[in-house]
Order: sequence, then C-alpha cells, then structure tokens
Amino acid sequence: MPVTEQRQPLLQVKNLKKYYPIRKGIISRTVGYVKAVDDVSFDIYPGETMGLVGESGCGKSTTGRSLVRLEDPTEGQVLFQGKNLANISQREMRKLRTDLQIIFQDPYSSLNPRKRIGDLLAEPLLAHKLATKKDADQKVNEILEIVGLPKQYKNRYPHQFSGGQRQRIGIARALMLRPKLIICDEPVSALDVSIQAQVLNLLKDLQKELNLTYVFIAHGLGAVKYISDRITVMYLGKVMELATTKEIFEHPKHPYTEILLNAYPIPNPHQRDREQIVVEGDVPSPANPPKGCVFHTRCPFAKDVCREKVPQLTGKDHLVACHFPLETVNV
Amino acid sequence: MGELLKVDRMKTEFQTEKGPVTSVDEVSFDLKEGETICLVGESGCGKSVTSLSIMHLLDRNGSITHGSVLFEGKDLAHASEAAMRKIRGNDISMIFQEPMTSLNPVLTIGDQLTEGIRLHMKYSKSEARKYAIEMLKKVGIPRAEGIVDEYPHKLSGGMRQRVMIAMALSCRPKLLIADEPTTALDVTIQAQILKLMKELREESNTAIILITHDLGVVAEMADKVAVMYAGQVVEETDVYTLFDNPKHPYTLGLMKSIPHITNPDDMRLDSIPGSVPSVFNMPKGCRFYDRCPFAMERCQNEKPELKSIEDKQPHSIRCFLYEKEEQDYEQKHAEKEVSS
Repeated sequence: MPVTEQRQPLLQVKNLKKYYPIRKGIISRTVGYVKAVDDVSFDIYPGETMGLVGESGCGKSTTGRSLVRLEDPTEGQVLFQGKNLANISQREMRKLRTDLQIIFQDPYSSLNPRKRIGDLLAEPLLAHKLATKKDADQKVNEILEIVGLPKQYKNRYPHQFSGGQRQRIGIARALMLRPKLIICDEPVSALDVSIQAQVLNLLKDLQKELNLTYVFIAHGLGAVKYISDRITVMYLGKVMELATTKEIFEHPKHPYTEILLNAYPIPNPHQRDREQIVVEGDVPSPANPPKGCVFHTRCPFAKDVCREKVPQLTGKDHLVACHFPLETVNV
Repeated sequence: MGELLKVDRMKTEFQTEKGPVTSVDEVSFDLKEGETICLVGESGCGKSVTSLSIMHLLDRNGSITHGSVLFEGKDLAHASEAAMRKIRGNDISMIFQEPMTSLNPVLTIGDQLTEGIRLHMKYSKSEARKYAIEMLKKVGIPRAEGIVDEYPHKLSGGMRQRVMIAMALSCRPKLLIADEPTTALDVTIQAQILKLMKELREESNTAIILITHDLGVVAEMADKVAVMYAGQVVEETDVYTLFDNPKHPYTLGLMKSIPHITNPDDMRLDSIPGSVPSVFNMPKGCRFYDRCPFAMERCQNEKPELKSIEDKQPHSIRCFLYEKEEQDYEQKHAEKEVSS
C-alpha cells in the first residue's frame, strides 16, 4: 500500500518511554529502571501494516501495549487521530477502545475457559452497549463466518478448539467492534507452521475487506515480511531502523538489521555454506544498557564514537540510528 | 562409516483412561556414524516421542510395543533399565528444548556437569572439574573458571543451551539427540548455537538426531530428513533431494506454507487446510487424507506404506500417488537380485 505524504497519520507515537522501576529492600526503594521502551517515535497511516521486529526484550510488545493504553507511558505521547491517549478521560478512552483492538500471542491463555465462544464474542458489544442481546447474536454469526468458523461452534468452549481455531476466535473478538487499528502481538508465533499460513492469509484478507490498519509484532522475520508495508526494527528499547519492507530487506542500513536478516536459516541446503556473520554475545540487560549506541557491544563495525555518543534516528523515508550506516550499493 | 542406529518399524503406545493410544506408528530410519538426520513435523506428529522412546525416557504409561531400535547391534527396545543407564549420557545423550527448565536450579553448573563425567568416565573430583572447565571453554562460554561455580539462573538462555551441549558432549557420545535445541532462542543466538553444533560435529564425528519444525534449520544442518505426520514417517530422503524434489503432498504443503524472507514480495502463501488429527480419532486410511489436495477415494480406507522410489538418492514415500514409481522400483530391484 503506498504511503502518501499528504495523508494524516492514524496513530502517532512521539518519544514514547516506558521505564519499570527496580525496587529493593524493605521500603522498596527504587534502585534503578528497566528501560523497556526508550524514546520510540513513529507514525502509522490508515490501511497500512507496520511491522515491529526485534529479539526478546527489545520492547516491541511493551510498545504495542502502550498503543492501546494497556501500559501508561512514563514519558512521551501516543496520539490516536490527534488525541493523546494518556490524558483523555476514562469515558473517552472507553469510546476509543472500540477503535483500538489487540490480538494476543497465546491463544490458549487469552480466552476465558469458562465462557462459550458466542458469549465471549458478544461480550465487547454488550459491554459497550452497542447492541442488544439479539442483535449481538446475529453479529456473532456474521463474524464467525468472516473468520472461517461454522456458526454452530458458538456454543462450544475454548478447550474444544485447536490452536489455530482459537487464534481465529481471538481475531473475531478483536473484529467485533469494527476497529480501525488492531495490534497483533505475535499472533502466529505459538502456532504450527501449516496453521500460521492460514492465520496470516486471514489477516491479510480481512485488512483488504475491512480497511484495517495493523501493527504487527513478531520476531519471525518471514511472517513480518509477508504482511508488513513498513518495518520498524527495535533493539533494547530503541528504534534502530525504520523503512519500507522492500528497503529493509534489500538495502538494510543498520548493521543490526543486516545481522538479523543474515542469522535467519535459509530453507535451501544448497546455500548452507554461504558466508555468515555470526554475532557474538547476548543482548545486554535493559536494566543496564550500554552507553552510546546500545548495539555497540555486539556490533562488528563499532568504533570509539559508538561507545560514547547515542546515534539519532535520521533520514527521510528510510530512517536509521547509526553513526556508520552501511553503504547502499544501489545508486 | 558403520551403521550406528537402526530404528525398525517402532511403535510407541501410551495407556490412557480412554484406552491405548498409538503416538508413534511404524517409524523406521537408520543413521551412520557422524551423520545427521532431522525429524521434521508439527506438534503432535510424534517426533519428540520417537526420541524419548529411543532413550527409554517415556512416562510410565508409555512403551515401545512393536519393532526394534538397534544401537550398535544391541536392541534398545527391550534393554533393561540398568543397561540403559550405562548408555544414557555416555553413548547417547540428549539436549532438550527448554534450556530454562532442563538445568537444576539448586545445583551449580559444575556439579551438574561433573555428575555424568564422574559416573561414566570414572574421573576423580578434581579431574572432572578440570575437564568440565575445558568443556565449557569448548562450547564458547567466557570466564569458564568462574561460571563453573555459578548457578543456572545467572546465565542467559543461549548460555544455558551451551552448558546443556557441553554436558551432552562431555562423555563423547556416539549419538546426540537434540530436541528443538534452538526453538526457544532468538535468531542471533540460534545462529551461534547451530554454528557451534556444526563445529563440534566435525570435530567429534558424533551422529545427531535433530528434531525441529523449522525447515530452515533442517536445510542448514541435515544430511538426511524424515518428515513426520501424525505419528508416521511420510517421506524420507537426503536433504538435497527433499528440498529439490519433494514428493509427499504434506511435505509440499509444508514447504509452500512457510513465509520466508527470500520469498518474492507478492507471493501468496499456500496454507494446508484443517488441522492435525487427534490421536484418539485417527483416520482409517491415510492420515493426511482430509487435508490432502490430491486425496483419492482409496486414501480414505486403505493405509499407504512407506516405500522406496527410484531417485538420485534413497527416497521413500508413504503415498498412493507414487504407487507406480514404487512398483517400478520394487520390480527393478527384484530383477537385480535374481540376476546376481
């Protein structure tokens, strides 16, 4: 989907920070902070899919949760259609929640095991007083058909479904209120490979049909590439690179992006002897991130300036936070 | 290269309240010294139960009811517990998926690492400690002298998996079973662990059974591949043949349904409809029948056998679609036998 400059962004994230205090001792003194999300900014336009990728602990899920105000930001703003989610009233937030929905990773723990599917799906409608019980029932039937489940299933309980079916129910629940933006937090990571493709295709088709906007959080690059228009690469709470999917995969500028793409095993045995940069060491702790560029401890190209100065996210369409971005061969 | 392991029509059953359940049905494969075989498949296909059966690590209600597991000529399927104890950790060792839960949190890394070394290699305490430090260095753990006295919670996931590998390889096993060793790890850490496993394999000539659901990992590591579905091997061949010339409809579906970063931009994923059948309610004929795009009438009631076809490398398939190829192969080899 082309991103035109004139369009108004649906959601703007401005310098978002989320710090969790580390408490110690009898009086729970705050001795430091885990910087889960540290100064993240990006815009999301209507109808597009923004992929958020990175390794565990990079802050992608916390960012996603902040977008629907499941987390209150420590600093910074999340603007949905120009409104700052952090300082609107409870009542207004309730209204906005119909536009903002989230799909969780684990389809086994995100559905109440004691409720029938029909009741689970009707609940958001009734809670927001958008339908009577009778109408809700009709809408449940419609939504089940959209996500490809027979409507007889609405009398069943979650344990009677497989993982893939449960994730369909999770998607159906998010769709009940006809939202504008859906945060998909690792929606396929817990599913088997043959089922992943079903769910990814469903999400893609629904987007076209219902003109949805997605934030797609995942650590599997394959799925992200398949579904995203633009990608934000995160590392230790910071944005490393932000560009269109094509740019990220064809001309990555940040060494971390390059390494992440390179680390991916390719399902072609003829390429197994290709040259591979294997990065040493682990992701540092977000409670004690390195000074300067957060990636310098593992970066094969790190120089003195990287250990001292934090690189800023710069660029117009292809943003990168690196003192020495990789040269692009393409002129 | 001598034959190390031969699994022949192994069947594993569990006794449950609802009656006996067959989790692994007629699984056969063989492995030479230094060779790596990958067992691929989705959850519930029996790939983990296969490895646990070989090791006699099944729960009390599970057992091998048919077939044999020949390890260096000895049948492990009917081996006594005492015999298995001598083999486990010594000739065959295992790495599990969750490095977080497979180390004992109340013992130091050194205590856990030296236990097997002292038992199987009869080293003294100080010798074992020295050897343990050496092993930790070998798997790329920095500060090995310090780490050996630390507890597992101080280590990251990747480091714990390295400790598990050090532990598994310390008695120089002939066979290593790795059950999804990198699934719980991040991609950059996965690349480190796979590289380490390749290096160690070359150095020690250990045969590996690698269990995974990731075809990327298969392409990186395997010599041979057995694709499993619902407790059966549906296709078995060498890794190049499998990726260049996959035959079984399930293998084909699996390959087409994986979103990969090297896929062209506008390619739509093919998905396999439906889901894996339950062990309590296995289809009568071919187990892939209700999800297969090429299903024929006979697939519903007749059980296909795993049979060889003519290819550059040994290649066997469990599917009626290749019946003609299978018959040709049989005929040809029968003729050969007669003429010789």
